[in-house]
Amino acid sequence: MVIAAVAMVTLRLWSLQILSGEHYRALARDHGVLDVRVHPPRGEILDRTGKVLVDNRTVMSLELRPSDLPSSHAERRAELRRLGSLLGLSQRAIHSKVRETPQYAGYPVVLRQDVDRRLLFYMLENRRSFPGASIERTYVRQYKDGSLAAHILGLVGQVSPHQLTRPAYRTLKPGDIIGQAGVEYTYDKFLRGTAGSERIQVDALGRPRGQLGSRPARAGDNLRLTLDAGLQAVGEAALRAKGLPSAFAAMNVHTGAILAMGSYPTYDPSFYTRPHTKAQYDAFGNRPGDPLVDRADQGGYPTGSAFKPITATAALEDHLISPGTIFDDTGSLDIGGLVVHNAGGAAYGPVDMSTAIKVSSDVYFFNLGLHASASGKHGQIQDWAHRYGLGEKPNIDLPAAGPGLIPTPAWRNRVYRSHKNPYIDRPWNQGDNVNLAVGQGDVMVTPLQLARAYAALGNGGALVTPHVGGRIVDVHGRTVRRIRPAPRRHLHISDQTRNVILGGMHRAADEAGGTSDAVMGSFPIPVAGKTGTAEREGQQDQSWYGVIAPYDNPQIVVAVTVERGGFGVESAAPIARTILERYFNLNGGSAGAVNAAAARAAGPG
Amino acid sequence: MEAAKPSLTIAPRRPLAERLGLTGVDGVMLGASVGLIAFSVFTLATSTRDEIAGRPMYFVERQALYAAAGIVLMIAISRIDYTRLRDLRMTIYAAMVGSIALVLLVGTAVRGSNRWINLPFFQFEPSELAKVLLCVSLAAFVYERVRRPFGLRQTVTLLGLGLAPAALVFLQPDLGTGIVLVAVALTILFVSGIPWQHFAAIGAVAALIAGGVYAAGSAAGVSFLHGYQQDRLTAFLHPSDDPSDASYQVNQAVIAVGSGEEVGRGSEATQTELLFLPERHTDFIYAVIGERFGFLGAAFVIFLYAILFWRAIRVMRASSSYYGTLIAAGVVAMLVFQVIINVGMNLGLMPVTGITLPLMSYGGSSVLGTFLALGILQSIHAQSRRD
Repeated sequence: MVIAAVAMVTLRLWSLQILSGEHYRALARDHGVLDVRVHPPRGEILDRTGKVLVDNRTVMSLELRPSDLPSSHAERRAELRRLGSLLGLSQRAIHSKVRETPQYAGYPVVLRQDVDRRLLFYMLENRRSFPGASIERTYVRQYKDGSLAAHILGLVGQVSPHQLTRPAYRTLKPGDIIGQAGVEYTYDKFLRGTAGSERIQVDALGRPRGQLGSRPARAGDNLRLTLDAGLQAVGEAALRAKGLPSAFAAMNVHTGAILAMGSYPTYDPSFYTRPHTKAQYDAFGNRPGDPLVDRADQGGYPTGSAFKPITATAALEDHLISPGTIFDDTGSLDIGGLVVHNAGGAAYGPVDMSTAIKVSSDVYFFNLGLHASASGKHGQIQDWAHRYGLGEKPNIDLPAAGPGLIPTPAWRNRVYRSHKNPYIDRPWNQGDNVNLAVGQGDVMVTPLQLARAYAALGNGGALVTPHVGGRIVDVHGRTVRRIRPAPRRHLHISDQTRNVILGGMHRAADEAGGTSDAVMGSFPIPVAGKTGTAEREGQQDQSWYGVIAPYDNPQIVVAVTVERGGFGVESAAPIARTILERYFNLNGGSAGAVNAAAARAAGPG
Repeated sequence: MEAAKPSLTIAPRRPLAERLGLTGVDGVMLGASVGLIAFSVFTLATSTRDEIAGRPMYFVERQALYAAAGIVLMIAISRIDYTRLRDLRMTIYAAMVGSIALVLLVGTAVRGSNRWINLPFFQFEPSELAKVLLCVSLAAFVYERVRRPFGLRQTVTLLGLGLAPAALVFLQPDLGTGIVLVAVALTILFVSGIPWQHFAAIGAVAALIAGGVYAAGSAAGVSFLHGYQQDRLTAFLHPSDDPSDASYQVNQAVIAVGSGEEVGRGSEATQTELLFLPERHTDFIYAVIGERFGFLGAAFVIFLYAILFWRAIRVMRASSSYYGTLIAAGVVAMLVFQVIINVGMNLGLMPVTGITLPLMSYGGSSVLGTFLALGILQSIHAQSRRD
């Protein structure tokens, strides 16, 4: 019996160690190994001069992963109670934090950011007694200039389970931070960096006993924007001073590089770097004036007369008229029984195209709208508007930019038949074309789109691809990639057409009787500008101004719109002038000196 | 011719064994036991450095001290005539039962079990000593009784004497030692030549009572096996939930032993080093050996135990006295049961019962108790050679 027992034990030993030894060796190896993900610091975002707009701050935060809490209800309650007493939170408060933090299964809930040293060490020493809770060293975005360029910079946030299924986010893990809006989103793959890992040997109590190996995290590359922080600040300040919902876009006429682009009201993106409840997030986004909306590239409005250069291009290039064609502006026009008037009841007498743009004769353009053909999805004005990039997404490197709308007979008739829009209460008629010719009615254009269209006029026909990203620079300062998107298309506009339209816009800004002469007449650099005053249902007029400068050697285009701003020259034009003054450095300083010198060197022509 | 000159004669050198008092000692058994305790000290030296912070040699020093004391005790015992213990049977038996009872009254509870008495120098675990004392005293009782006419009454009395200490130990509760005591008692009674019909009758009654209790308990809603099985299952599915759970221990032990493969993992022995294996200097020391030294080391230990068993059984069979045979049978049962149950537990063959591995597990009571038993075996060996 003794022999049998000894033999049995020896056999078992043989089977465990010799026959299945490899299996158990593998089990034992995995046992004490903990893989810790090391988050990389996210790349910084800088303006075109190298000024830091966004960098990172390291915070130690106390995170709770609800799925790792003890499975027993009583233990879970006990642990939350202990955590609560450490943090000075009631259990109800912790519960609501867990419930109200927008999160997904398995995602951490930040209970406290910036834990103090006492709590930090206590938690590190007693981590075994708090399963599911951990101190994490994380990077949080730090916005150097408060709300400056908030809409362009965008936001970061945890990658969502849905996003994790996309190929671009294949290497990420739940809880990783990615760009969720603005350039943070567009250039995420450069900014994000690569997570590293540390294999740590831990004992049965979870205490680290040594490092087995590590793959260092690779910091994200930095992003140099095309924005000029100084110009941006001046533009945003001008909007803020006006105090009405408004937006502007200032762009290099030739390259599409956005020099400044702002929207008011705006918000402080650092709000999103702190943990909040869902109710707090909702309240933040739903403040009056919709501060989260970037009106510069998402706000579509009728442009009023600022649309006239597009109508003029269509009329001249499609030979509806010649530049010398004269219409007698009697102050009103009868179109099939409906009489339409100039704004303010003015009558300009016989005018040619150049003068019609200068004084912004509605009757002249009503005539063009009346004579331009439109059917189905096309029309002479509509097709040119599309060539100018209106009614389509601007291809800018900001994810939320909107397409606006250029109404066609097909579009209007479809919406009318669907009964989905109470304002579209009849099918298309020629009156809609007349409205479109002066930028009224259903047309919707964003300030960015108007700037882009004017840029095409200014640069001789290239419809540029607007962009705020300038180049990607690695941590050593080497440029990894330059962002120079090619123009979307080239418009074939004759020099004659271009000169007539730009000349009219120059006269509008520079000659007595021009629509923006009151604001721009005294501007030392010649410009070509067009006001817009759009009637909007149920509120005061939308104020617009689009301007190309210098007139004879275009560098910069600025488009401004102000909701309820009244006449274009009243609200939008002064803001545009402020931006141009800064750009050409007319108030001292050095940033704009180069631009001003270049403008003067070209001389009047 | 120098012997003719007494003045120049140097006293003849006595053999080393004689000078150490080792004459009549079974050298093979001595070698196996010393080899085992040496292996124990070596294993503790390699694997308990981090057990108590700042005192890497804590267990090693103590175990070495117990080993030295145990070997001296064994040799000392081997030189006395064990038959004299027969006259002390009542004292020994009373001391044994008394010490176990004392534990129940004043003992120190460790992990829910009341097994230790605090002495000035160390914690004394009476049940470790009780195994040996039971061998000596029960053998003496049997020796006294069998000279008289032998009836069922005698058998019941002896069975009562043999099982009483086990019952007390079960109350501590110490299931493992209780089982060993029962095994020792039954082995002695079995070897004594009590008619097998007595055992059959008693066994039948016991089975009836046990069955009755089980049936009544089940009817009353008390579950005997179910809760235990459920715990095992839960522990298997969530081994990290309760590191003190029995099946967690067995899992860790089996992983440790298996991962040792042929020659062991040496200092890479993560299972034992990283504290995944609980009780690794006592009940699970065999798993430590398995992981560190592989099949080579673990089989070598089994080999040493096999030699120990072989020599112990040889002493039992060669004993010139009936009393010696009975004691030796008890000691053999005690050693074999402990080794097989402990090693079986380490290899995942037996449930966890908290039995120490003789001469291998750390602990003064266990080491001294085992050496005491081996000393008595050596004494029996010496006596039978003398006769």
